[in-house]
Amino acid sequence: MAELNIEPHAPSFQQEMKQLAEDLLQKIEHGDLGKVVGVVNSINEARDRTLYKEIGKLTRGLHESIKNIKTGDELSEESGMGQASDKLSYVIEMTDKAANRTMDLAEEGMPLNQENLDGSIELQEQWQKFLRKELKPNEFRDLTKKVDAYFSQTQANSKKIGSQLSDILMAQDFQDLTGQVIQRVTKLVAEVESRLVDLVAMAGEVDRITGITHTETHQTETPQEDSNNVLAEGPQIDTSIEGVVEGQDDVDDLLSSLGF
Amino acid sequence: MKILVVDDFSTMRRIVKNLLRDLGFTNTQEADDGLTALPMLQSGDFDFLVTDWNMPGMTGLDLLKHVRADDKLKTLPVLMVTAEAKRDQIVAAAQAGVNGYVVKPFTAAVLKEKIDKIFERVDG
Repeated sequence: MAELNIEPHAPSFQQEMKQLAEDLLQKIEHGDLGKVVGVVNSINEARDRTLYKEIGKLTRGLHESIKNIKTGDELSEESGMGQASDKLSYVIEMTDKAANRTMDLAEEGMPLNQENLDGSIELQEQWQKFLRKELKPNEFRDLTKKVDAYFSQTQANSKKIGSQLSDILMAQDFQDLTGQVIQRVTKLVAEVESRLVDLVAMAGEVDRITGITHTETHQTETPQEDSNNVLAEGPQIDTSIEGVVEGQDDVDDLLSSLGF
Repeated sequence: MKILVVDDFSTMRRIVKNLLRDLGFTNTQEADDGLTALPMLQSGDFDFLVTDWNMPGMTGLDLLKHVRADDKLKTLPVLMVTAEAKRDQIVAAAQAGVNGYVVKPFTAAVLKEKIDKIFERVDG
């Protein structure tokens, strides 16, 4: 990232101004009015030059930091911000896909597991009967067949469940990819913020050089929090903040204090 | 028991539907925000509403207010399942007439407990 250097009152500019001012004074003292106008023009030019140079630097800096979000393999000429939101959409898409894949696999595995459980319960009942010597010979023959079938069934189901579990593990690979994308976007936001801070500093210097003063613009009234219109804010990342509940227990306590 | 599950994220709808199915509630339908949910509620004989808060179009809180303002729907039990975790918000939901409030992330046990509690009160 190219360092942005904002020095509107760099020595060269100040020296130039000083020299021109001395020159101007001299010309006035000599009553050389034609030349006085010329010097005044030079002063204006020097001021404009500095101004344009600094604004140019700043624009370049902003552009650079926005361009930095682009990675090498991207062909699109879209703006960095547009790409940042594309990248975040990609994160949503990836997490959505992974969540659905995981749920698909879990839903496929659940009935297999249930089948094993049901089979085991049924066999155990008959096995207990056998131990109590309540099983007739033909029932015992039936039981041996069932045991045999149960072995095959549980082996097949366990294999399937095993591969589903390993696919569930693999479906978590999104974390790496989305993490990297989010890190990039976070970096862009930080860069843009620092450029904006530079922009504010620059604007201050521009005002100083040009002598522009601003009448203090009144802050637009902060919208009054309407108790009838409490807005959604999304997840609270920091639960230590005043007024944020720490979990379901806090919610339950609060609601019970309200008579729930 | 016919239940409407409202959330803008399909994965969360799926999780809630799965948990409801485990609890024995198999007759569920889905909507992705208040605007699609409200006409479904008005025209379908739902017995229970599970809704998120933060959704585009119409939020869950506004949906709750519409439900409570509707003569036909005003007694419908409503459970809010949401990431909104500020005291003011929970109080606002309570004032709007919510029957239960579950903060995300939540467990199957918490969801079951709240649903049981709501129906104990409604039936009792």
